This record gives sequence, structure tokens and C-alpha cells, in this order.
Amino acid sequence: MLGKTANGVFWLMRYMERSENAARMIDAGLRISMTRSSAAESEWTSILTAMGLLGTYLGRHEVVEGPRVINFLLRDTENPGSVLSSVETARTNARMVRTALTREVWEAVNECWMVLRDTLARPVASQDLPEVLKIVRQRSAYVRGATHGTMVRNDIYDFARIGTFFERADNAARVLDVKYYILLPSIMHVGTATDNVQWETILRATSAVRAYQTLHEGEYDPRKIARFLILDRRLPRSLAFCYGKIADNLSYLAEDYGQRMPSHDMVQRISDRFASTSIDQIFDYGLHEFVTEFLSDSQQLGRQIEIDYRFYE
Amino acid sequence: MPEKPVFFDEMRGPSGDETRDPYIDYCAWISTEDVNHLRRKSAQAEALFRLTGITFNVYGMEDQTERLIPFDIVPRIITAKEWAVLEKGIEQRVRAINSFLHDIYHRQEILRAGRMPVEMIAQNKAFLPQMIGVAPPGNIYTHIVGTDLVRTGENDFYVLEDNARTPSGVSYMLENRETMLHMFPELFSRNRVRAVSHYPRSLRRSLSASLPPVCDGAPTLAVLTPGIHNSAYFEHAFLADQMGVELVEGHDLRVVNGRVAMRTTQGYQPIDVLYRRVDDDFLDPLNFNPDSMLGVPGILDVYRAGGITIANAPGTGIADDKAIYSYMPEIVEFYTGEKAILKNVPTWRCSEADALAYVLDHLDELVVKEVHGSGGYGMLVGPATSKKELAAFRRKLEAKPANYIAQPTLSLSTVPVLTRAGLAPRHVDLRPFALASPQGVEIIPGGLTRVALKKGSLVVNSSQGGGTKDTWVLED
Repeated sequence: MLGKTANGVFWLMRYMERSENAARMIDAGLRISMTRSSAAESEWTSILTAMGLLGTYLGRHEVVEGPRVINFLLRDTENPGSVLSSVETARTNARMVRTALTREVWEAVNECWMVLRDTLARPVASQDLPEVLKIVRQRSAYVRGATHGTMVRNDIYDFARIGTFFERADNAARVLDVKYYILLPSIMHVGTATDNVQWETILRATSAVRAYQTLHEGEYDPRKIARFLILDRRLPRSLAFCYGKIADNLSYLAEDYGQRMPSHDMVQRISDRFASTSIDQIFDYGLHEFVTEFLSDSQQLGRQIEIDYRFYE
Repeated sequence: MPEKPVFFDEMRGPSGDETRDPYIDYCAWISTEDVNHLRRKSAQAEALFRLTGITFNVYGMEDQTERLIPFDIVPRIITAKEWAVLEKGIEQRVRAINSFLHDIYHRQEILRAGRMPVEMIAQNKAFLPQMIGVAPPGNIYTHIVGTDLVRTGENDFYVLEDNARTPSGVSYMLENRETMLHMFPELFSRNRVRAVSHYPRSLRRSLSASLPPVCDGAPTLAVLTPGIHNSAYFEHAFLADQMGVELVEGHDLRVVNGRVAMRTTQGYQPIDVLYRRVDDDFLDPLNFNPDSMLGVPGILDVYRAGGITIANAPGTGIADDKAIYSYMPEIVEFYTGEKAILKNVPTWRCSEADALAYVLDHLDELVVKEVHGSGGYGMLVGPATSKKELAAFRRKLEAKPANYIAQPTLSLSTVPVLTRAGLAPRHVDLRPFALASPQGVEIIPGGLTRVALKKGSLVVNSSQGGGTKDTWVLED
């Protein structure tokens, strides 16, 4: 397998995942602005921050307001993180690595791009937004399903999975990083309506509202929410789950190639940490510090994978 | 004024009111079909092509960089008897071309024998001095050939071009058939159509058989593409995928320990046979165009040392040069000792004073092509050109006569296409694909039929609004 192909497959899946995450973020922001219009601006700001796009946005718009942010996140092709840009980049990567994909995966990616290019050709009216966001999530699910159902379990598949979970963990961590303060115990807010809505934003942005309700009997509790999103291996968007998968797929590569690389030790360290740390320890250490460290570790891991598997040279 | 040409219609015959044998069953079938239903099917086919990504890029078009080649659902049908002649003729030509190339880069017997003027080679920019004395495995220079044929009558086939360097279009041949099988399975149970789907396996076998001296096991193959912006990128990816080999670009490759190697996730791995879809000029910045970002520095040195097979070989272009084309009957006879089975189109070489004078006198009747042109660019179709354009072309021709050849405007045969008003005849050509290796020549039954979709047009190139058809060769 070519290094370039590993790179292309990795980024194809990252961008597919990114488009889906962007749709979730928009959905979360939308929910808040509908229920609490006074807080809308700060919510959209924190969503832009979590996506690392606040600077880009402010470079092009004077004020943070719902419709503009939504347009920016959904279909602005000059925003490399918009849904449309992500899907376009995913498809370009898929074309580049066409030979590594099954026909089903390629067609799912290509059709995703064709559908969204048409759907997002014009600004989306607010009443159509929920439907459009659903299409984005659904198209991403088709790609994931085609990948799961048709790709041979070899190195190509491993890189696809690593890309998916890398992006997903990155997204979840960024949401936590921006919102960590509302999970901190504070006498002021506990039990107030503010808290509930804010917590729900976090869960919604990680697609975990229902899962949380089911597993925790509907009780919102900051510590439980943090534990759920960071440590709970049952939740497919928790950091622990994602890193378990990354560690698995990297270890399959080591087995397949008969060679351990520095990235294997690195991922083991990160993954072990989730297994050996309790949420109380994380809170004692500092939630913000924990997440910041995680983001930095994960960036290093990404760089190491690129080197170990010759993505660029 | 030339007479109004009479066209040979492959379905309806020269008179236009019969049904030729190979089409009898098809005509019976289509007469029971509803045109609107067929047009809906046709639209479905287009959607399928888009989804599959069977597109090509048009240079210089900013707004829509990926376009579909229109696909027409009426097959072009060839009888077993007709095909047997074409097959023999193509094989003869492919063998002759490989012998010619070996000769031209070695003893140049054909020049010594005075069968071709020395300047045809010496002053030809497709001739690569770097290839002198280099003998590729089995003396195969052109591994993949796409001979362009046209038909003018019941038994009149002509070779229009030999396309011996990097012929494209085979992916359309394969996808057109897949599409037809998908849409009209019933047609294939009624007609015994020879399969084409084995092409990728044959290609792989044929390339593997051309392994370089350095390789002593199962050879590692790869397809070299200029990248996703190339007009034929889809085809490059398609062939690599179908053969199950890597699709590489110049920046994936590097010379390591005297071998051309690709950067894999596990380090550099040597390549034995490289099916390149990059032009000679761009193949090796050390030996050719120093600005090329598409090639591999030093690959030609590895090649000369027997460390890799490049298919088609560098310098193959000399054989499908349009001026050399006019010598093909001599070339076939010189190397095979037989008369050419397939006819050449009479060709005036504008480099010769008599020929030029004739061409200038008859410009409005002739087709004039650039010697090194391809894709229908820079071509003049006299009868379809205005007086003003003719005058402009005349000036270009007079300024650089050696740059042009001219041929009579052939009455290309027609095959019906499906239009809004039902079936209507359109001009076609045919590009069968031949594979040459030290083990022999294999020709895939059928090929790519290109069709000029505009009524009366003779230009079938996809870059000029042409479409394609599935091509059936019937079993005996």
C-alpha cells in the first residue's frame, strides 16, 4: 500500500467524519438559539471556537449571528471546515485513492458529494435546516456502512478506521475543551435551567443525548456527563472508545506488517490513561488541563502516524 | 464540387432500407420498445456513469471540470467474419510496428533499404536518441495499441491512426458493456456477444510477461498517472483497480539501489513493470523535460540497465506519428513480408511540394491534420469549413507545411443513435485494443465505438462533442 494512499484514506475518513460533526454542531447551536435566544451569540461563538473556525469566521463577518454562522458552517466553500468543503475534500481524497476503495464506498462518497452539492447550492431556509442536517448525517452513515460492509480488513481498512476515530475524538475533545467550565462544580449554576441546556448542548454535539438518558436514567450531572464523554467505552463517541479503536487498528497494522512503530507506544500510553484514570482524578487534576493535554498528545500521535507510515515522504 | 457523399449505414445497409444481418435480432427487439421508455433508460445510464465517476476532464474549462462522455444505448454490431479480418489485420500491424521500432532504434534497415526517407526519422521530434541500442524485453515497444478504424462500405475498413504510444478509452469499452448488461440483460441472452470483461486480466498477464531481466519472481506492476487533474485520470484509476495494482504518481516514486521504487507504508518497494500514462517528455526530468513534476528522475537510466519495463516504451511515439503513418503499408510489407491486410487512408504529406500543391488546391474537400496532433485539436475538415476559416488555415499550412498531412474526407459509416425522434444515423469510428507481449498479441473482440452525435458531423472525439457506444462482436 502506498504511503500516499494511506494518507488519502485517512483524510477521506477524517473529512467524512468532520462533515458529520459539523452538522451535529449546527444542530446543537440551533437547539440552543431556539430555546434561549439571549444566549445564542455566545453559543455560536463557542461552537465556532470548538471547531477552530472563530478566526476564519470573524475575518469575514462582523457579528456572530445564527443564520450567518449556519451558512458559514454549512455551505461556505471558502471555509475549509464547512460541511460542503469537507465533503468536497473527502471526495477529492477518494478520487485520489480510488483504487483502494470498493466501488460501494466510492459511490457512497461520490453520491454524498453530488447530493450535498445540489442541496447546498443555495442558502438553506431555516425550516429546511433539520432535514438538510439529517441528509448530511445520513450520507456520512452510508459511507461508513459501505466501508464496514464491503472493505477487506487489511491495512487500507485500518487507516480508514484510524482516520474516522481520530477525527471523532478530536471533535469530542474540542467540544469539551470549549465547554469544560460548565461541567465544573459551581454553586451558582447547579441545577438551574442554564446548566441543563448547556449540558444538553454538549451531549447533542456528540450525539449522546439519548445514550446518556438511557444509561443514566435522565439525571444530568456534570461529573457523570464528563465521565460519559471521556471514559465510557460504551459510547461510540467517547474519547476512551475512539482511542480504543485507534489502538486496535494500529496494533493490527503492527501485526500485519510485523513491525512496531513509535506511534504504537504513543497510542498505548494515551489509551492506557483512559483505563487507569477515574473521573474524580481528572477533576482533581483539572478538566481543562486534562483535555488540553489530550489534544496535544493526539496531535503528536497524528504526526507520528504520518511519519511511521510514510504519508508524505 | 464534390458529390454529396452516400454513407454506408451499418444497420440499414448502403441503400438505407434493408436490415443488415447482424442487426436483425436487435431491430426486432427495438421495434417492440417504446422510444420514451428507452430515453428514460438512457437517462438512467447517464446517472449511473456520474455516480460511478466515469468522467473526463476537459482542459481549459473552469466551470465544470468533470464531464461525462455521452453514451448511446444502441450497440454497434460486428459479425464474426468481419472481426476475423480486423483481428488479423491489427495483429499484423502491431507486429510490424514493434519490428519497426526495434529497427529504428537499432540498425535502421528500413532506411538503408531506401523504403523511407532518413529525415522522416532524423528530424522527427518523437524519435528519442536515448533509446538507440535499447532493447526492451521480447523487443516489445508498444504493449498496448488502440488502432483507430473507420468503415466506408460492406468490406471497406481503413486504419485512420495507429495510437501506439498511450491509447486511451478502454475503460469506456468496459463500462459501456457493464452498463448495457445492467440495463438490457435480455439483449445478451438473445444475441451471442463476445465478452470484453477479461481485458484487465489480459492486460495484467501481458504486462507481467514483459518483465525485466532483473525480476526473477512474480513481477510487481504499477500504473503511472499524471494525477487527478489529467483528462483520463478515471481510466488510470480504473485500470489499476481492475488489475489490482498500485496507481502511482511521480512523487510516489524514486530510484533506490538501481531500481524504480514506490513509497509504501512499509518503505520503498521496487516496481518491475510500469504501465505509464505519462508522455515521454514528462517521464524523466533528468533525461527529458527538466521541468517535469510528473516523472521520475533517473527512470530512463534504470530502464536502459534492464531494471524496469516501461509500457509503452519511451520513443514509441515515432510509430504513430501521422507522417510515419503514411508509410505503414511499406512498413508492414518490409517487416512481415506480407501485404497489409488493413488499408491505409491515402495520405498527402504536405512536406512534399507536389502533395502540398494538391492539398492547397483541394483544401475544401480534404481533412488536414497536424502531424503531432491528437484528440481532434487543430484539425481541418474541409467540407465543413467556411471560406474564411479555410483561408486562415491555408496560411497556417503554407507557413509550416511539414507540420501537416491531408487525407480525403472519408464517407464514414453510420450507426443509428437514439434521439428524441427515434433512431437516426450518426458517423462512427472504432478503436479496438491490442495487447502485445513476448508471448504474442491478443486483441479484445470489439473496442470503443466513438460516435459523432451532431447530425452530419465527422468528428468523433470526446473533446469535440463525440459520444460512445457498446461494440458487439458476435460469436460465429
